[in-house]
Amino acid sequence: MEYQSPGTVEEAVSLLAGASGTSKVLAGGTDLLVQLRSGFVEPDLVVDLKRIDALTSITEDAGGFRIGAAVSCAELGEHAALSAAWPGIVEAARLIGSEQIQSRSSLGGNLCNASPAADTVPALIAARAVCSVVGPGGQRDIPVEDIVTAPGETSLQPGEIVVSLNLPARPSRSADAYLRFIPRTEMDIAVVGSGVSLTLSEDGTVSDAHVGLGAVAPTALLVSEAGQALVGTSCDDAALDAAAAAASAACDPIDDKRGTVEYRVRVAGVLTKRAAAIAYQRAGSR
Amino acid sequence: MAKQHVNTTINGDPVEFLCEPDQTVLDVLRDVLGLTGSKEGCGTGDCGACSVIVDGRLSCGCLMLGAEAEGREITTVEGIAEGDKLHPVQQRILEEGALQCAFCTPGFVVAAKALIDQNPDPTETEARYWLAGNLCRCTGYDKIIRAVMNAAADVRGEAA
Ligand SMILES: Cc1cc2nc3c(=O)[nH]c(=O)nc-3n(C[C@H](O)[C@H](O)[C@H](O)COP(=O)(O)OP(=O)(O)OC[C@H]3O[C@@H](n4cnc5c(N)ncnc54)[C@H](O)[C@@H]3O)c2cc1C
Ligand code: FES
Ligand code: FES
Repeated sequence: MEYQSPGTVEEAVSLLAGASGTSKVLAGGTDLLVQLRSGFVEPDLVVDLKRIDALTSITEDAGGFRIGAAVSCAELGEHAALSAAWPGIVEAARLIGSEQIQSRSSLGGNLCNASPAADTVPALIAARAVCSVVGPGGQRDIPVEDIVTAPGETSLQPGEIVVSLNLPARPSRSADAYLRFIPRTEMDIAVVGSGVSLTLSEDGTVSDAHVGLGAVAPTALLVSEAGQALVGTSCDDAALDAAAAAASAACDPIDDKRGTVEYRVRVAGVLTKRAAAIAYQRAGSR
Repeated sequence: MAKQHVNTTINGDPVEFLCEPDQTVLDVLRDVLGLTGSKEGCGTGDCGACSVIVDGRLSCGCLMLGAEAEGREITTVEGIAEGDKLHPVQQRILEEGALQCAFCTPGFVVAAKALIDQNPDPTETEARYWLAGNLCRCTGYDKIIRAVMNAAADVRGEAA
């Protein structure tokens, strides 16, 4: 195995393009190092992305944010403007692992590792985040929900890297929220995760809403019907129940020791309802 | 396999080492540099026995490549005491008897020091969450938490 730590995106892309065997990019390493040590992956080349500015910085851009794909979750939590504008994404990032894991883990790694239970992905989907991807064929923008195609698999072409996750500018009276269910309070894998992002019009009714679900299907889901169920309402009980029913209906989960199919389907509805109520309350207090 | 040549700072001293590209910081500390205070409990980020502070952030030595240490500043358990004077976390762990086999202790010392550095007045709940990435098979945690809370009070200059 060869290790490289290029200083620019162009260098990283050309290193990957020139590699003969298998290669892996390295962000925080909290998934990759475990996979390396267990022999699950055996790359000939590892390209560390953490010496590249575009991947390790957060910039505000026309009212939105460009979050470098390798920025650590700890840094996300310390970024006041981002935490204020996107509390749901930041709370999802701050749920990952322990303090030790937070110091290293990144949004790009959480997404590209392609676990169905990745915590930040439902929140990023609800936020309508777009990935800026660079590879041998140049740069392209991909909606975050189109990156993961199956457990452990992505739509990234060989040699492509996610440079940043871009969040759109937000109208006032907008907020998001993320909730996950795990059997303990820390250090476990989501049984279900639900992210909700919404915007209110001046009269307090929801003008736009999006729902992302994790751990209830082979990939995280954008559940348009659940978002639609909230639009035009003031998140009253009937609207929340309709969103919950739409979320449950979208699930296609597995049965495992963490939860049965029936349980996951039910909890997806409950969490969506609760996350929507939190997002609504946050948006209303702006 | 070409070895990596790395220049870094460990416990305040400049250190230069050669390592295999797939060796972790923990491997380098223990097997190359002879700093065996950091332990490997799991090698998968779950137990915190390998805790080190990298550029001010608490991290798992087992989840970081040695090559990634280039230009960074690393603090290990060997660098927590000042000469013969134990850090309050170490002193309080001794006084409380907050250990049995002590395999987890170096990790707790480093993690608790990192906590107190950034928040010298944590609530017990904050301390428990902060230490969620450190596992102890023996003590049941209460004594460890008591030691950490008392050490924080010492750092603040309060009698506990
Ligand atoms: C103890 C422990 C607890 C954990 N708890 C949680 C949890 O609660 N919730 C959760 O969701 N996850 C959890 N994880 C998993 C992991 O921490 C997260 O998925 C993390 O966000 C991965 O980020 P990373 O930067 O460390 O990724 P890395 O390990 O560096 O990379 C992961 C994968 O993504 C690829 N990759 C990384 N960055 C890019 C990029 N920019 N472009 C293209 N590909 C890229 C890598 O090649 C690799 O295949 C836990 C892990 C551990 C060890
Ligand atoms: S050895 Fe690193 S966390 Fe257990
Ligand atoms: S004292 Fe034995 S593991 Fe903590």
